[in-house]
Amino acid sequence: MLKVLFFAHIKERLDCAGMELQWSDCPTDLDSLQAELCARGGSLWHEVLSQPNTIRAVNHEVVAGNAALADGDEVAFFPPVTGG
Amino acid sequence: MAEVVSDNWPGLTLGVSVQREDFDVGQLQRSLLEGDVGALACFTGYVRAGNADAPLERMRLEHYPGMTEKCIADILQQASGRWPLMAARVVHRVGDLSPGEQIVWVGVASRHRAAAFSACEFIMDYLKTRAPFWKKEQAAQGSRWVDASLDDEARAQRWQQSPGSPE
Repeated sequence: MLKVLFFAHIKERLDCAGMELQWSDCPTDLDSLQAELCARGGSLWHEVLSQPNTIRAVNHEVVAGNAALADGDEVAFFPPVTGG
Repeated sequence: MAEVVSDNWPGLTLGVSVQREDFDVGQLQRSLLEGDVGALACFTGYVRAGNADAPLERMRLEHYPGMTEKCIADILQQASGRWPLMAARVVHRVGDLSPGEQIVWVGVASRHRAAAFSACEFIMDYLKTRAPFWKKEQAAQGSRWVDASLDDEARAQRWQQSPGSPE
């Protein structure tokens, strides 16, 4: 299983906090997963996830560039952070 | 409320709390006074009132449970690797906050003030640009997600150029 999470304005615009995907149906790297989500979700998903400042994390670590995925991973898409 | 406390090294206590409840600064300060502390530097962040045209009604703080605590704990570990700290703690609130309310507290205890001052600033600069929190401002005119600040990123970047202080 792969867990996918969305936060802040990405979650709002997609109207989706996250999803769990069967591992057997999952792409095995982050770029392919994003392409798959955009293909399923349509133009809104493509626009929101493809914003250049979108941050991607795998298992709570921010990833620069592509990354391999494994069964049980947690992937998150979120905008630049604004805490403090 | 989520709390992570690390006692990896004798004499060094690190703590992270992400919570809805308000916090007592005096109590937090006293919690860091273990051992022969000579200096305690603390920072408290508050919700600002907004500007006259668009006074803020409420600030909503969202975060990524699990990653937030891990990320702040990592920042505290980095700080303790750069300065000789005795204790460091971060408390960050989430949920709905009103103007004037406390959002975040950072406290650093050390033997001497230079390490405490620098580490406190480092932790805050990294927290603002690395920890997965997001602010949404709600005013009478509507609500908007706060944009990340380039100035905050520049402040965090300074620490990569200098080992001890941000000059």
